[in-house]
Amino acid sequence: MSGIMTAASEPSFVVPVLLLDISLLALLVVVAFAIVRMRSLFAIVMLQGVYSLVSAAWFVSLDAVDVAFTEAAVGAGVSTVLMLSAMLLADRKSTPVPMRRQLGALTVVIIAGAAMLYAVGDMPAFGDPNSPANSYVGMDFMAKTAEEIKIPNVVTAVLASYRGYDTFGEVVVIFSAGLGVLLLLGLNGNAGRWEAKPNGQVIKDRTAPSASQADAPQSDQPEMEAST
Amino acid sequence: MSPFMGYFMLGSAFLIIVSMALMLARLLGGPTLYDRLLAVNSFGTKTVLFLCVFCFIIGRPDGVDIALLYALMNFIGTIAVLKFFNYQALDVGLMRGNNSERGGRS
Repeated sequence: MSGIMTAASEPSFVVPVLLLDISLLALLVVVAFAIVRMRSLFAIVMLQGVYSLVSAAWFVSLDAVDVAFTEAAVGAGVSTVLMLSAMLLADRKSTPVPMRRQLGALTVVIIAGAAMLYAVGDMPAFGDPNSPANSYVGMDFMAKTAEEIKIPNVVTAVLASYRGYDTFGEVVVIFSAGLGVLLLLGLNGNAGRWEAKPNGQVIKDRTAPSASQADAPQSDQPEMEAST
Repeated sequence: MSPFMGYFMLGSAFLIIVSMALMLARLLGGPTLYDRLLAVNSFGTKTVLFLCVFCFIIGRPDGVDIALLYALMNFIGTIAVLKFFNYQALDVGLMRGNNSERGGRS
């Protein structure tokens, strides 16, 4: 750390910035526990927006500005709207889940977290020149982007030019996913209500033959009917 | 950046985080949903301020662009929640009079 301190020409704030990072992470932990413990889904949606804002600020402090842009746009903007419009179709409160049904999920989470902590030991040190990201083709991209593609930002060049087809496929996937979500949610407030006129005969969601079948006692999903 | 200015910005960054924690307390314990809404909005403003200060601390003033984006996103989220309260739908114009046939619950 002393090397970093002396290398900077202006007063360096490595330790205070570390303290800022730690306090941001502490806020994240508090928000995450609150999301788990709360029952009002309104408050949970708002808390998710707060979580996204704080984590994006933390990404900025980690120098991952593009990730912070994405997190702010998707997490705080789009997903708040999507969660709210999903709440238009579902309940406003969540009921407590009994403890014995939470044990399986808790086990999975603990195992996954332990695996991640175990993998941290294999990560290269911060700024290590011999790390895989710095020693193989990455340096070629860094050296040749300026003359081959003439885009100043290397990340943009890799995403939009070197891996252009890959990015195109991702865009297609995201577009179809967004289309499906919009069709499911029905942002105009008409989701779950439909009406058709085959041969001049009006069929609505209430009078459709499927509605009477769903009311039959052998239906195995009575909650779906109650929510519409 | 003079040393005094640096320490001044560090102190203000810490104070902004303290006020974020205060907003979080109101958000968790707020009795009504409007308290929580106001707390979330204010929390977003604190995040914008924190980013502005922090970008100058680490010497990358271009991060102010992200702070601008945050301000916009904060506004969108607040508007979405308020529309949800008032109309129970999101496809409603912001101007009064466009949506008289929809019969909002105001």
